[in-house]
Amino acid sequence: MLHETELKTFVEGTTNFFEVTAQQPASIGSPYLMEGSPAVHEYTGVINISGKREGVVYFTAPKAMLTVLLMKMQENDFSHETMRDLVGEVANTISGNARRDFGREFVISVPSVLSGEKPDIPQKPGQRAFIIPINWRSHSAKLIVSLT
Amino acid sequence: MGSNGTTMAANGRRYIKLMIVDDSNIMRRRIERSQQFEELQLVGTAGNGLEALELFKKTDPDVVTMDLTMPRMDGIECIGRLVAMKPAVRILVISALADKATAVEAMERGANGFLNKPFTDRQLNEAIADLMR
Repeated sequence: MLHETELKTFVEGTTNFFEVTAQQPASIGSPYLMEGSPAVHEYTGVINISGKREGVVYFTAPKAMLTVLLMKMQENDFSHETMRDLVGEVANTISGNARRDFGREFVISVPSVLSGEKPDIPQKPGQRAFIIPINWRSHSAKLIVSLT
Repeated sequence: MGSNGTTMAANGRRYIKLMIVDDSNIMRRRIERSQQFEELQLVGTAGNGLEALELFKKTDPDVVTMDLTMPRMDGIECIGRLVAMKPAVRILVISALADKATAVEAMERGANGFLNKPFTDRQLNEAIADLMR
């Protein structure tokens, strides 16, 4: 069962990236339970969690959102590799926040990046996955948290 | 930073050689673009610890910004190797790993400062200024 404080750590790790890097805060939409496979965007950062808790956290964002974020960072390379790099950095920040807040009882992986592929989100019986919309400017990304 | 940590250019001006180590191209460019110190001269960038060791031998930097989570050789091990080669090198860790244990470990290996990602331009420049004092 996912605790509210745990969810907060992942959400703050995400919104903090936008607020600090782009100097424009992101807002969160109402979380909802995932049913079936979630619709992911073009670029997805993945963090695996094991140890005291097991599961996975995804940050998935559309190319248009990442492009504007890169512009706000004064970046002028908008290649596929740079998009992957950026979504990996967001996931890296989420991972770093989780390590700080959860301590060493949680083993948190180095983030990996998917682009285009539909990620496999395995759900064990009784496990629930939450989807939290992350809204920034006119764009919307998703944070998907699935923990036992 | 005293005169021992600087290099004299042909024009007689002293400058400080900077090396940036991060597996993210975006972050390497961001650090290069955002640092505002005229005396800092970028001598190269590396995407992992092994590349950093090679570049370090070739360019002998005075100041290094170092990511921690990298492929092939992580930042913690790289810091120890760089300090063994040049004890006077000043190393600023720039990492998303925000837990105290990681910061302590980096400092024990020889890092001189720690800046968490994400960071603002101001935070970066304050951290570099602290490093060069």
